[in-house]
Amino acid sequence: MADRIDLTLKVNGADHRVSVPPFARLLDVLREDLRLTGTKEGCGEGECGACTVLLNGRVVNSCLVPAVQAQGALVVTVEGLAEGENLSSLQAAFLTHNGAQCGFCTPGMLLSATDLINRCPHPSDDQIRDGLSGNLCRCTGYAKILDSVHAAAAEGRAAR
Amino acid sequence: MRGYLPDFDVCVPASLGEALALMAQAPGTLTPLAGGTDLMVVYNAGRLKATRFLDLSSFEELRGIREEAGALTFGALTTFTELRECRAVHQHFPNLVKSARATGALAIQNRGTLGGNIANASPAADTPPSLLAYGAEVELRSVRGSRRVAYDRFHLGYKAMDLAPDELVAAIHVPLPTGRGFHYFRKVGTRQAQAISKTCLAAYARIEDGCVAELRIGVGSVAPAPIRARHAEAVLLGQPLASLPMAAAREALLADISPIDDIRATARYRSVVTRNVLGHMLRELATL
Repeated sequence: MADRIDLTLKVNGADHRVSVPPFARLLDVLREDLRLTGTKEGCGEGECGACTVLLNGRVVNSCLVPAVQAQGALVVTVEGLAEGENLSSLQAAFLTHNGAQCGFCTPGMLLSATDLINRCPHPSDDQIRDGLSGNLCRCTGYAKILDSVHAAAAEGRAAR
Repeated sequence: MRGYLPDFDVCVPASLGEALALMAQAPGTLTPLAGGTDLMVVYNAGRLKATRFLDLSSFEELRGIREEAGALTFGALTTFTELRECRAVHQHFPNLVKSARATGALAIQNRGTLGGNIANASPAADTPPSLLAYGAEVELRSVRGSRRVAYDRFHLGYKAMDLAPDELVAAIHVPLPTGRGFHYFRKVGTRQAQAISKTCLAAYARIEDGCVAELRIGVGSVAPAPIRARHAEAVLLGQPLASLPMAAAREALLADISPIDDIRATARYRSVVTRNVLGHMLRELATL
């Protein structure tokens, strides 16, 4: 049995020290050690995008990231999108335009959409489809999700 | 069920030299870990046999895309996103950009690496057909030194490679095409993103005096490993674009491929569609 390792993770702007098994997944460290349960586990194979977080500003599937590789990197989860009570423009748009149905895919959708708008502030339909192509919505609420991303982009502010 | 977490260990060496020394000490017991996009899937499914990993992700000398000696050299840790975003890759190797775009979706492309795509040795990987089409060489490193292997001789069978247990894939060298080139890449999957190929074909041809002066065709998902379609190439080499022997090339391709039935497609589907894709490629070549 391998000894636990100590890691410092920079999550949503704060340093967190954790002691975890060496091969622990970033997803589990976020959910179980840091109690940031907004990040979901869906397929566990990088297909569904429910576990999407930003790692150094890029979307990753946290179920496929050994936490040891996130040491020192900047991690943003869905909990890090709002500033206090103020939702990000994307979160607000998802609310207004019913971009969330059951909500399970929503944290991942929000992170992928945040990344998209940061890279491409005024995306076309095709660019949104490409940016969100790694996030599946089992409620199939894609039209509303597209509307939400367009609305947030029209507001002209990247989420974070 | 996932693997039993306490059974697994990760070694994080301080340098590439230390990593190679560790691999040499007990060859075959440490599994290199880069982006994890293939390896972690197998772990999550509870089917990962290896239990000790060597984290390569922090080694700068395995990163980056450089132009040197008439070739682009890709560090093994080059991500699919870096392939998509590199101007020189767009300019010289459009098939590699298309391969990178066709792999998973953005979250996978941000993490998955070219070296990992090669060393994972999946017959269905999407960059190998393009690397075969461009005549790539793989640079392997160990404490014993470094050596280069032509990529079309690297895969020896299903998950079998010309790679010693103490060796790492360190870089990929791809010679810059010269003259009038033709580039073709086509992947057939269930959808454009996140699909694993049912079949995949990449080709590069150099055209001289209206004839096919040089041609390499790489195919994926139709053999135990990514392969060159040498029979089809032989039929086409030297032929004028105005009268390419399309039917003969499609027929010859049957001698190159050995597709199987699996969850993604039947052998028959793969055989028919790969030939159709070759036909599509040749119609584009004919109108160049």
